[in-house]
Amino acid sequence: MPRVAIIGVGQSEFVRAYPGSVRELAFEGFKEAMRDAGLTPKDIGASVVCSAPEYDKQRSPAGVFAEYFGLNPQPTFYVESLCSSSSMGLRLAYSLVKSGLHDVVAVVGFQKMSEITSAESQERMGRGADIQWESPFGTMMPAYYAMYARAHMAAYGTSLEDLALIRVKAATYGQLNDKAVYRKPVTLANLSNPEDRMAGPVASPLRVGDCCANADGSSCVIVASEEKAKTFCHKPVWILGLGAATTSVNLAGREVFTGLTAAREAARQAYAMAGLGPKEIDVAEVHDCFTIAEMMAYEDLGFAQPGGGKELIRSRATYKEGEIPVNVDGGLLSKGHPIGATGGSQIRTIVLQLREEAGPIQVKQPEIGLVHNIGGVGLYGNVSIFGR
Amino acid sequence: MAEKKESDERFKKFGTVSFTSLTKTNDFIDHLENGKVTGTRCKGCGRAFFPPRADCCQCLAGDMEWFEVSGTGRLVSYSKLEYGPAGFQNDVPYCIALLDYGTFKIFGRIAADLPETAIAVGMPLKTVVNRLPNGQLNYVFTSP
Repeated sequence: MPRVAIIGVGQSEFVRAYPGSVRELAFEGFKEAMRDAGLTPKDIGASVVCSAPEYDKQRSPAGVFAEYFGLNPQPTFYVESLCSSSSMGLRLAYSLVKSGLHDVVAVVGFQKMSEITSAESQERMGRGADIQWESPFGTMMPAYYAMYARAHMAAYGTSLEDLALIRVKAATYGQLNDKAVYRKPVTLANLSNPEDRMAGPVASPLRVGDCCANADGSSCVIVASEEKAKTFCHKPVWILGLGAATTSVNLAGREVFTGLTAAREAARQAYAMAGLGPKEIDVAEVHDCFTIAEMMAYEDLGFAQPGGGKELIRSRATYKEGEIPVNVDGGLLSKGHPIGATGGSQIRTIVLQLREEAGPIQVKQPEIGLVHNIGGVGLYGNVSIFGR
Repeated sequence: MAEKKESDERFKKFGTVSFTSLTKTNDFIDHLENGKVTGTRCKGCGRAFFPPRADCCQCLAGDMEWFEVSGTGRLVSYSKLEYGPAGFQNDVPYCIALLDYGTFKIFGRIAADLPETAIAVGMPLKTVVNRLPNGQLNYVFTSP
Protein backbone atom coordinates (compact mmCIF):
# COMPACT_ATOMS: atom_id res chain seq x y z
CA MET A 1 0.00 0.00 0.00
CA PRO A 2 1.45 3.41 -0.92
CA ARG A 3 2.12 5.66 2.02
CA VAL A 4 1.01 9.24 2.68
CA ALA A 5 3.55 11.91 3.60
CA ILE A 6 3.81 15.43 4.93
CA ILE A 7 6.05 17.39 2.59
CA GLY A 8 5.67 20.93 3.89
CA VAL A 9 4.79 22.72 7.14
CA GLY A 10 4.31 26.34 8.11
CA GLN A 11 2.74 28.64 10.64
CA SER A 12 2.34 32.33 11.27
CA GLU A 13 3.60 33.92 14.43
CA PHE A 14 0.86 33.50 17.04
CA VAL A 15 -0.10 36.96 18.33
CA ARG A 16 -2.69 38.64 20.58
CA ALA A 17 -4.27 40.63 17.77
CA TYR A 18 -3.27 40.15 14.14
CA PRO A 19 -3.21 43.47 12.25
CA GLY A 20 -4.83 42.16 9.09
CA SER A 21 -7.71 40.17 7.64
CA VAL A 22 -8.31 36.43 8.01
CA ARG A 23 -7.21 35.68 4.44
CA GLU A 24 -3.94 37.56 5.06
CA LEU A 25 -3.42 35.75 8.35
CA ALA A 26 -4.09 32.34 6.74
CA PHE A 27 -1.73 33.19 3.87
CA GLU A 28 1.21 33.47 6.30
CA GLY A 29 1.06 29.79 7.30
CA PHE A 30 0.31 28.72 3.73
CA LYS A 31 3.25 30.69 2.31
CA GLU A 32 5.70 29.17 4.79
CA ALA A 33 4.50 25.62 4.06
CA MET A 34 4.58 26.14 0.28
CA ARG A 35 8.13 27.51 0.44
CA ASP A 36 9.11 24.67 2.74
CA ALA A 37 7.78 22.12 0.22
CA GLY A 38 9.05 24.04 -2.81
CA LEU A 39 5.61 24.04 -4.42
CA THR A 40 3.57 26.48 -6.48
CA PRO A 41 -0.24 26.74 -6.22
CA LYS A 42 -0.78 24.63 -9.37
CA ASP A 43 0.82 21.67 -7.53
CA ILE A 44 -1.98 21.67 -4.93
CA GLY A 45 -4.90 19.42 -5.89
CA ALA A 46 -7.27 20.51 -3.14
CA SER A 47 -7.30 22.44 0.13
CA VAL A 48 -8.87 21.70 3.50
CA VAL A 49 -9.60 24.77 5.63
CA CYS A 50 -10.00 24.28 9.39
CA SER A 51 -11.35 26.68 12.02
CA ALA A 52 -14.13 27.28 14.50
CA PRO A 53 -16.43 29.47 12.41
CA GLU A 54 -18.21 31.31 15.24
CA TYR A 55 -15.17 33.63 15.54
CA ASP A 56 -15.32 34.65 11.90
CA LYS A 57 -17.15 37.49 10.27
CA GLN A 58 -16.32 36.00 6.86
CA ARG A 59 -18.80 33.31 6.00
CA SER A 60 -17.40 30.20 4.26
CA PRO A 61 -13.72 31.26 4.40
CA ALA A 62 -12.52 28.19 2.45
CA GLY A 63 -13.70 29.62 -0.86
CA VAL A 64 -12.26 33.04 -0.07
CA PHE A 65 -8.86 31.55 0.77
CA ALA A 66 -8.82 29.41 -2.39
CA GLU A 67 -8.86 32.58 -4.50
CA TYR A 68 -6.40 34.49 -2.29
CA PHE A 69 -3.93 31.57 -2.25
CA GLY A 70 -4.07 31.13 -6.04
CA LEU A 71 -5.88 27.81 -5.69
CA ASN A 72 -8.69 28.32 -8.22
CA PRO A 73 -10.25 26.26 -9.69
CA GLN A 74 -9.23 23.45 -7.29
CA PRO A 75 -11.88 22.28 -4.80
CA THR A 76 -11.74 23.19 -1.14
CA PHE A 77 -13.26 21.62 1.98
CA TYR A 78 -14.16 23.12 5.34
CA VAL A 79 -13.60 21.11 8.54
CA GLU A 80 -14.58 21.97 12.10
CA SER A 81 -14.03 20.02 15.31
CA LEU A 82 -13.41 22.94 17.70
CA CYS A 83 -9.76 23.05 18.87
CA SER A 84 -8.76 19.87 16.98
CA SER A 85 -10.03 21.12 13.61
CA SER A 86 -6.70 20.97 11.81
CA SER A 87 -5.94 17.43 13.07
CA MET A 88 -9.34 16.47 11.72
CA GLY A 89 -8.32 18.30 8.52
CA LEU A 90 -5.21 16.10 8.37
CA ARG A 91 -7.44 13.05 8.65
CA LEU A 92 -9.54 14.28 5.73
CA ALA A 93 -6.44 15.11 3.66
CA TYR A 94 -5.03 11.65 4.36
CA SER A 95 -8.22 10.01 3.10
CA LEU A 96 -8.36 12.24 0.01
CA VAL A 97 -4.78 11.26 -0.90
CA LYS A 98 -5.12 7.61 0.09
CA SER A 99 -8.28 7.28 -2.02
CA GLY A 100 -6.39 8.59 -5.05
CA LEU A 101 -8.81 11.49 -5.47
CA HIS A 102 -6.01 14.06 -4.98
CA ASP A 103 -2.19 13.79 -4.95
CA VAL A 104 -1.32 16.88 -2.92
CA VAL A 105 -3.61 18.52 -0.36
CA ALA A 106 -2.97 21.66 1.73
CA VAL A 107 -4.47 21.60 5.25
CA VAL A 108 -4.90 25.23 6.33
CA GLY A 109 -5.80 26.01 9.95
CA PHE A 110 -6.51 29.51 11.17
CA GLN A 111 -8.28 31.56 13.83
CA LYS A 112 -8.57 35.28 14.38
CA MET A 113 -9.97 35.29 17.90
CA SER A 114 -9.36 39.02 18.32
CA GLU A 115 -12.30 39.83 16.05
CA ILE A 116 -14.46 39.59 19.20
CA THR A 117 -13.93 40.63 22.86
CA SER A 118 -12.48 38.26 25.48
CA ALA A 119 -15.87 37.93 27.26
CA GLU A 120 -17.59 37.20 23.95
CA SER A 121 -14.87 34.70 23.18
CA GLN A 122 -15.40 32.95 26.54
CA GLU A 123 -19.11 32.82 25.78
CA ARG A 124 -18.40 31.33 22.33
CA MET A 125 -16.14 28.74 23.93
CA GLY A 126 -18.78 27.94 26.55
CA ARG A 127 -21.13 27.27 23.65
CA GLY A 128 -18.71 24.53 22.53
CA ALA A 129 -20.34 22.69 25.45
CA ASP A 130 -24.03 21.70 25.72
CA ILE A 131 -25.91 24.96 25.12
CA GLN A 132 -29.27 23.51 26.13
CA TRP A 133 -28.38 21.97 29.49
CA GLU A 134 -24.95 23.29 30.58
CA SER A 135 -24.30 26.78 29.20
CA PRO A 136 -27.34 28.31 31.04
CA PHE A 137 -25.37 27.68 34.28
CA GLY A 138 -22.55 29.95 33.06
CA THR A 139 -19.88 27.51 31.91
CA MET A 140 -16.43 28.29 30.57
CA MET A 141 -13.62 26.12 29.21
CA PRO A 142 -11.31 26.74 32.22
CA ALA A 143 -14.07 25.69 34.63
CA TYR A 144 -14.69 22.39 32.84
CA TYR A 145 -11.00 21.53 32.82
CA ALA A 146 -10.86 22.69 36.44
CA MET A 147 -13.46 20.02 37.27
CA TYR A 148 -11.18 17.42 35.70
CA ALA A 149 -8.26 18.86 37.69
CA ARG A 150 -10.15 18.59 40.97
CA ALA A 151 -11.24 15.02 40.20
CA HIS A 152 -7.64 14.11 39.24
CA MET A 153 -6.36 15.63 42.48
CA ALA A 154 -8.98 13.80 44.55
CA ALA A 155 -8.25 10.44 42.88
CA TYR A 156 -4.45 10.56 42.60
CA GLY A 157 -3.12 13.23 44.94
CA THR A 158 -1.97 15.43 42.07
CA SER A 159 -1.05 18.84 43.49
CA LEU A 160 -1.23 22.45 42.36
CA GLU A 161 2.57 22.40 42.34
CA ASP A 162 2.56 19.45 39.91
CA LEU A 163 0.38 21.53 37.58
CA ALA A 164 2.67 24.55 38.06
CA LEU A 165 5.66 22.40 37.02
CA ILE A 166 3.97 21.85 33.65
CA ARG A 167 3.64 25.62 33.15
CA VAL A 168 7.28 26.12 34.14
CA LYS A 169 8.35 23.54 31.53
CA ALA A 170 6.17 25.20 28.87
CA ALA A 171 7.74 28.58 29.61
CA THR A 172 11.24 27.10 29.48
CA TYR A 173 10.67 26.32 25.80
CA GLY A 174 8.29 29.15 25.00
CA GLN A 175 11.21 31.53 25.53
CA LEU A 176 12.99 29.82 22.62
CA ASN A 177 10.02 29.94 20.23
CA ASP A 178 9.88 33.12 18.15
CA LYS A 179 6.35 32.19 17.00
CA ALA A 180 4.97 32.03 20.56
CA VAL A 181 2.70 34.68 22.04
CA TYR A 182 4.12 34.21 25.59
CA ARG A 183 7.94 34.17 25.78
CA LYS A 184 8.67 35.18 29.39
CA PRO A 185 10.10 32.80 32.00
CA VAL A 186 7.72 31.39 34.63
CA THR A 187 8.84 29.98 37.99
CA LEU A 188 7.09 27.93 40.65
CA ALA A 189 7.21 31.08 42.81
CA ASN A 190 5.08 32.94 40.23
CA LEU A 191 2.26 30.42 40.64
CA SER A 192 2.50 30.13 44.44
CA ASN A 193 2.68 33.83 45.28
CA PRO A 194 -0.90 35.12 45.74
CA GLU A 195 0.25 38.61 44.72
CA ASP A 196 1.52 37.35 41.37
CA ARG A 197 -0.74 37.64 38.31
CA MET A 198 0.10 34.01 37.38
CA ALA A 199 -1.45 32.83 40.67
CA GLY A 200 -4.68 34.78 40.20
CA PRO A 201 -7.83 32.64 40.39
CA VAL A 202 -9.73 31.80 37.20
CA ALA A 203 -11.84 28.73 38.00
CA SER A 204 -10.71 26.82 41.08
CA PRO A 205 -8.37 25.03 41.31
CA LEU A 206 -6.95 26.50 38.08
CA ARG A 207 -5.03 29.77 38.15
CA VAL A 208 -4.08 32.24 35.39
CA GLY A 209 -0.80 30.37 34.93
CA ASP A 210 -2.64 27.09 34.36
CA CYS A 211 -4.42 28.47 31.29
CA CYS A 212 -3.26 29.15 27.75
CA ALA A 213 -4.05 32.44 26.06
CA ASN A 214 -6.31 33.17 23.13
CA ALA A 215 -4.33 34.09 20.03
CA ASP A 216 -4.58 34.83 16.34
CA GLY A 217 -2.65 32.54 14.09
CA SER A 218 -2.53 30.22 11.11
CA SER A 219 -0.85 26.96 10.20
CA CYS A 220 -0.46 24.82 7.10
CA VAL A 221 0.46 21.19 6.50
CA ILE A 222 0.98 19.86 2.97
CA VAL A 223 0.01 16.21 2.54
CA ALA A 224 1.12 14.19 -0.49
CA SER A 225 1.01 10.72 -2.00
CA GLU A 226 4.18 8.62 -1.74
CA GLU A 227 4.91 9.17 -5.43
CA LYS A 228 4.57 12.97 -5.20
CA ALA A 229 6.46 13.04 -1.91
CA LYS A 230 9.43 11.33 -3.52
CA THR A 231 9.31 13.80 -6.43
CA PHE A 232 9.06 16.97 -4.36
CA CYS A 233 10.70 16.23 -1.05
CA HIS A 234 14.01 14.83 0.17
CA LYS A 235 12.85 14.52 3.79
CA PRO A 236 9.22 13.32 3.74
CA VAL A 237 7.62 12.60 7.09
CA TRP A 238 5.22 9.66 6.89
CA ILE A 239 1.78 9.49 8.47
CA LEU A 240 1.90 6.15 10.31
CA GLY A 241 -1.22 6.21 12.44
CA LEU A 242 -4.36 8.31 12.80
CA GLY A 243 -6.99 8.06 15.53
CA ALA A 244 -10.14 10.11 16.06
CA ALA A 245 -12.94 9.71 18.59
CA THR A 246 -15.82 11.49 20.31
CA THR A 247 -17.61 11.43 23.64
CA SER A 248 -20.74 12.91 25.25
CA VAL A 249 -20.77 16.71 25.10
CA ASN A 250 -22.56 16.99 28.47
CA LEU A 251 -20.40 15.95 31.43
CA ALA A 252 -23.48 14.13 32.72
CA GLY A 253 -23.06 11.61 29.91
CA ARG A 254 -19.47 10.72 30.84
CA GLU A 255 -18.02 8.03 33.07
CA VAL A 256 -14.40 9.18 33.54
CA PHE A 257 -13.26 12.51 35.07
CA THR A 258 -9.55 11.84 35.54
CA GLY A 259 -8.81 11.57 31.81
CA LEU A 260 -10.40 12.09 28.39
CA THR A 261 -11.95 8.95 26.91
CA ALA A 262 -11.90 10.37 23.36
CA ALA A 263 -8.12 10.85 23.70
CA ARG A 264 -7.68 7.30 25.00
CA GLU A 265 -9.72 5.84 22.13
CA ALA A 266 -7.95 7.99 19.51
CA ALA A 267 -4.58 6.88 20.95
CA ARG A 268 -5.63 3.22 20.84
CA GLN A 269 -6.58 3.58 17.15
CA ALA A 270 -3.43 5.48 16.20
CA TYR A 271 -1.10 3.03 17.98
CA ALA A 272 -2.91 0.07 16.36
CA MET A 273 -2.72 1.60 12.87
CA ALA A 274 0.98 2.41 13.29
CA GLY A 275 1.77 -0.92 14.96
CA LEU A 276 3.54 1.02 17.71
CA GLY A 277 3.15 1.61 21.43
CA PRO A 278 3.78 4.56 23.76
CA LYS A 279 7.32 3.40 24.57
CA GLU A 280 8.29 3.86 20.93
CA ILE A 281 7.34 7.56 20.82
CA ASP A 282 10.48 9.75 20.80
CA VAL A 283 8.84 13.18 20.90
CA ALA A 284 5.25 14.34 21.43
CA GLU A 285 3.08 17.42 21.14
CA VAL A 286 0.03 17.29 23.42
CA HIS A 287 -2.96 19.59 23.76
CA ASP A 288 -2.04 21.60 26.87
CA CYS A 289 -4.82 24.18 26.70
CA PHE A 290 -4.58 23.91 30.51
CA THR A 291 -1.83 22.37 32.66
CA ILE A 292 -4.20 19.59 33.77
CA ALA A 293 -4.79 18.74 30.09
CA GLU A 294 -1.09 17.91 29.65
CA MET A 295 -1.11 15.88 32.88
CA MET A 296 -4.09 13.82 31.64
CA ALA A 297 -2.47 13.48 28.18
CA TYR A 298 0.59 11.75 29.74
CA GLU A 299 -1.78 9.13 31.13
CA ASP A 300 -4.30 8.94 28.26
CA LEU A 301 -1.43 8.34 25.79
CA GLY A 302 0.15 5.65 27.96
CA PHE A 303 3.36 7.59 28.73
CA ALA A 304 2.38 7.02 32.38
CA GLN A 305 -0.13 4.83 34.22
CA PRO A 306 -3.34 6.54 35.42
CA GLY A 307 -2.23 8.80 38.29
CA GLY A 308 1.43 8.47 37.30
CA GLY A 309 1.59 11.65 35.21
CA LYS A 310 2.85 13.72 38.11
CA GLU A 311 5.97 11.53 38.39
CA LEU A 312 6.84 12.31 34.75
CA ILE A 313 6.86 16.06 35.29
CA ARG A 314 8.50 15.86 38.73
CA SER A 315 11.37 13.79 37.26
CA ARG A 316 11.62 16.08 34.20
CA ALA A 317 11.05 13.04 31.94
CA THR A 318 9.04 15.28 29.58
CA TYR A 319 11.82 17.85 29.18
CA LYS A 320 13.91 17.89 25.99
CA GLU A 321 16.59 15.61 27.44
CA GLY A 322 14.08 13.32 29.16
CA GLU A 323 12.70 9.92 28.32
CA ILE A 324 9.66 11.30 26.47
CA PRO A 325 9.99 15.00 25.54
CA VAL A 326 6.56 16.68 25.44
CA ASN A 327 5.73 20.16 24.10
CA VAL A 328 9.32 21.30 23.74
CA ASP A 329 8.03 24.12 21.51
CA GLY A 330 6.33 25.68 24.55
CA GLY A 331 2.95 24.07 23.93
CA LEU A 332 -0.33 25.93 23.79
CA LEU A 333 0.52 27.42 27.19
CA SER A 334 3.34 29.45 25.59
CA LYS A 335 2.41 29.59 21.92
CA GLY A 336 -1.20 30.61 22.54
CA HIS A 337 -4.17 28.73 21.14
CA PRO A 338 -5.67 30.01 17.88
CA ILE A 339 -8.29 27.23 17.78
CA GLY A 340 -8.23 26.15 14.12
CA ALA A 341 -4.46 26.68 13.73
CA THR A 342 -3.33 24.73 16.79
CA GLY A 343 -3.26 21.17 15.42
CA GLY A 344 -1.29 22.27 12.36
CA SER A 345 1.23 24.04 14.59
CA GLN A 346 1.66 20.87 16.67
CA ILE A 347 2.16 18.80 13.49
CA ARG A 348 4.69 21.38 12.23
CA THR A 349 6.76 20.99 15.40
CA ILE A 350 6.82 17.19 15.11
CA VAL A 351 7.69 17.29 11.40
CA LEU A 352 10.59 19.68 12.09
CA GLN A 353 11.72 17.39 14.95
CA LEU A 354 11.67 14.29 12.72
CA ARG A 355 13.63 16.14 10.03
CA GLU A 356 16.08 17.29 12.74
CA GLU A 357 15.44 20.91 11.79
CA ALA A 358 14.02 22.04 15.13
CA GLY A 359 16.97 24.23 16.12
CA PRO A 360 17.39 24.94 19.85
CA ILE A 361 14.53 22.59 20.80
CA GLN A 362 15.76 19.64 18.74
CA VAL A 363 15.54 16.34 20.64
CA LYS A 364 18.19 13.73 19.88
CA GLN A 365 17.53 11.82 16.63
CA PRO A 366 13.81 11.12 16.99
CA GLU A 367 12.37 8.42 14.72
CA ILE A 368 8.71 8.52 15.80
CA GLY A 369 6.62 11.54 16.85
CA LEU A 370 3.05 11.92 18.13
CA VAL A 371 0.46 14.70 18.11
CA HIS A 372 -2.45 14.74 20.60
CA ASN A 373 -5.03 17.39 19.73
CA ILE A 374 -8.33 17.78 21.62
CA GLY A 375 -11.52 19.59 20.61
CA GLY A 376 -13.72 21.11 23.31
CA VAL A 377 -13.50 19.54 26.75
CA GLY A 378 -12.50 16.18 25.32
CA LEU A 379 -15.53 16.17 23.03
CA TYR A 380 -13.24 15.37 20.10
CA GLY A 381 -9.94 13.51 20.41
CA ASN A 382 -7.34 13.23 17.66
CA VAL A 383 -4.04 11.39 17.94
CA SER A 384 -1.62 11.20 14.99
CA ILE A 385 1.67 9.31 14.76
CA PHE A 386 4.45 10.24 12.35
CA GLY A 387 7.75 8.65 11.31
CA ARG A 388 10.70 9.64 9.15
CA MET B 1 -56.29 37.36 8.93
CA ALA B 2 -55.21 33.97 10.15
CA GLU B 3 -54.21 33.82 13.78
CA LYS B 4 -50.46 33.55 14.22
CA LYS B 5 -49.52 30.18 15.67
CA GLU B 6 -47.77 30.64 19.00
CA SER B 7 -44.54 28.76 19.45
CA ASP B 8 -43.81 26.98 22.72
CA GLU B 9 -40.83 28.90 24.05
CA ARG B 10 -41.00 27.81 27.68
CA PHE B 11 -37.33 26.78 27.68
CA LYS B 12 -36.37 30.46 27.48
CA LYS B 13 -36.80 30.44 31.28
CA PHE B 14 -33.97 27.95 31.95
CA GLY B 15 -30.82 29.35 33.55
CA THR B 16 -29.36 32.82 33.97
CA VAL B 17 -29.12 33.04 30.19
CA SER B 18 -30.98 30.52 28.03
CA PHE B 19 -29.43 29.81 24.65
CA THR B 20 -32.36 27.91 23.16
CA SER B 21 -36.12 28.19 23.49
CA LEU B 22 -37.60 25.35 21.47
CA THR B 23 -37.30 21.76 22.68
CA LYS B 24 -39.59 18.76 22.92
CA THR B 25 -38.66 18.58 26.62
CA ASN B 26 -40.31 21.91 27.49
CA ASP B 27 -42.45 20.27 30.21
CA PHE B 28 -39.22 20.28 32.24
CA ILE B 29 -39.85 24.00 32.82
CA ASP B 30 -43.41 23.37 34.14
CA HIS B 31 -41.96 20.79 36.51
CA LEU B 32 -39.41 23.35 37.76
CA GLU B 33 -42.28 25.83 38.30
CA ASN B 34 -43.92 23.13 40.45
CA GLY B 35 -40.73 22.57 42.48
CA LYS B 36 -39.66 19.35 40.76
CA VAL B 37 -36.46 18.49 38.90
CA THR B 38 -37.22 15.78 36.37
CA GLY B 39 -35.54 13.46 33.92
CA THR B 40 -36.99 11.18 31.25
CA ARG B 41 -37.17 7.39 31.13
CA CYS B 42 -37.68 5.40 27.92
CA LYS B 43 -40.92 3.39 28.04
CA GLY B 44 -39.41 0.99 25.49
CA CYS B 45 -36.18 -0.07 27.20
CA GLY B 46 -36.38 1.60 30.61
CA ARG B 47 -33.18 3.65 30.28
CA ALA B 48 -33.17 6.80 32.44
CA PHE B 49 -31.83 10.08 31.03
CA PHE B 50 -30.65 13.25 32.62
CA PRO B 51 -30.66 15.79 31.12
CA PRO B 52 -34.09 14.77 29.84
CA ARG B 53 -34.35 13.91 26.17
CA ALA B 54 -37.17 13.24 23.74
CA ASP B 55 -35.53 10.37 21.87
CA CYS B 56 -33.94 7.14 23.09
CA CYS B 57 -30.55 6.37 21.50
CA GLN B 58 -30.60 2.85 22.97
CA CYS B 59 -33.81 1.50 21.36
CA LEU B 60 -34.66 4.44 19.04
CA ALA B 61 -38.13 4.75 20.58
CA GLY B 62 -39.65 8.19 21.04
CA ASP B 63 -41.95 7.38 23.92
CA MET B 64 -40.65 8.83 27.16
CA GLU B 65 -42.07 9.26 30.64
CA TRP B 66 -40.96 11.80 33.22
CA PHE B 67 -39.48 10.84 36.58
CA GLU B 68 -38.67 13.10 39.51
CA VAL B 69 -35.05 13.32 40.66
CA SER B 70 -35.05 12.40 44.36
CA GLY B 71 -32.59 11.47 47.07
CA THR B 72 -28.94 12.43 46.96
CA GLY B 73 -26.11 12.13 44.49
CA ARG B 74 -22.38 12.01 45.09
CA LEU B 75 -20.35 15.11 44.18
CA VAL B 76 -18.04 14.05 41.32
CA SER B 77 -16.26 17.40 40.98
CA TYR B 78 -16.81 21.16 41.00
CA SER B 79 -15.14 24.45 40.13
CA LYS B 80 -15.65 27.93 41.51
CA LEU B 81 -15.69 30.57 38.78
CA GLU B 82 -14.21 33.98 39.54
CA TYR B 83 -15.04 35.30 36.05
CA GLY B 84 -18.24 34.65 34.16
CA PRO B 85 -18.95 34.57 30.46
CA ALA B 86 -21.01 37.35 28.82
CA GLY B 87 -24.38 37.55 30.59
CA PHE B 88 -23.19 35.86 33.81
CA GLN B 89 -20.95 38.61 35.26
CA ASN B 90 -23.51 39.46 37.98
CA ASP B 91 -23.60 35.83 39.20
CA VAL B 92 -19.89 35.43 40.11
CA PRO B 93 -18.52 33.82 42.13
CA TYR B 94 -20.45 30.57 41.63
CA CYS B 95 -19.62 26.87 41.57
CA ILE B 96 -20.51 24.55 38.69
CA ALA B 97 -20.61 20.88 39.65
CA LEU B 98 -21.56 17.34 38.69
CA LEU B 99 -23.60 14.96 40.86
CA ASP B 100 -23.65 11.18 40.31
CA TYR B 101 -27.00 9.51 41.08
CA GLY B 102 -25.85 6.05 39.98
CA THR B 103 -28.04 5.49 36.93
CA PHE B 104 -27.65 9.09 35.73
CA LYS B 105 -25.63 12.23 36.49
CA ILE B 106 -26.68 15.88 36.80
CA PHE B 107 -24.64 18.91 35.77
CA GLY B 108 -25.56 22.16 37.53
CA ARG B 109 -24.56 24.69 40.17
CA ILE B 110 -23.91 24.37 43.88
CA ALA B 111 -26.28 26.50 46.03
CA ALA B 112 -24.80 29.95 46.64
CA ASP B 113 -25.29 29.65 50.42
CA LEU B 114 -23.10 26.54 50.70
CA PRO B 115 -19.60 27.86 51.56
CA GLU B 116 -16.70 26.45 49.53
CA THR B 117 -15.06 25.25 52.76
CA ALA B 118 -18.04 22.91 53.27
CA ILE B 119 -17.68 21.36 49.79
CA ALA B 120 -15.72 18.16 49.21
CA VAL B 121 -15.55 15.70 46.32
CA GLY B 122 -17.55 12.57 47.20
CA MET B 123 -20.01 14.29 49.56
CA PRO B 124 -23.76 13.64 49.15
CA LEU B 125 -25.88 16.54 47.88
CA LYS B 126 -29.50 16.88 46.77
CA THR B 127 -30.89 18.73 43.75
CA VAL B 128 -33.46 21.47 44.34
CA VAL B 129 -35.26 24.02 42.18
CA ASN B 130 -33.89 27.55 42.38
CA ARG B 131 -35.45 30.84 41.26
CA LEU B 132 -32.82 33.34 40.07
CA PRO B 133 -32.98 37.08 40.90
CA ASN B 134 -33.90 37.86 37.26
CA GLY B 135 -36.95 35.55 37.48
CA GLN B 136 -35.33 32.74 35.53
CA LEU B 137 -35.35 29.14 36.84
CA ASN B 138 -32.59 26.60 37.33
CA TYR B 139 -31.68 23.95 39.91
CA VAL B 140 -28.86 23.82 42.45
CA PHE B 141 -27.15 21.23 44.63
CA THR B 142 -27.43 21.63 48.38
CA SER B 143 -26.99 19.77 51.67
CA PRO B 144 -29.49 16.93 52.15
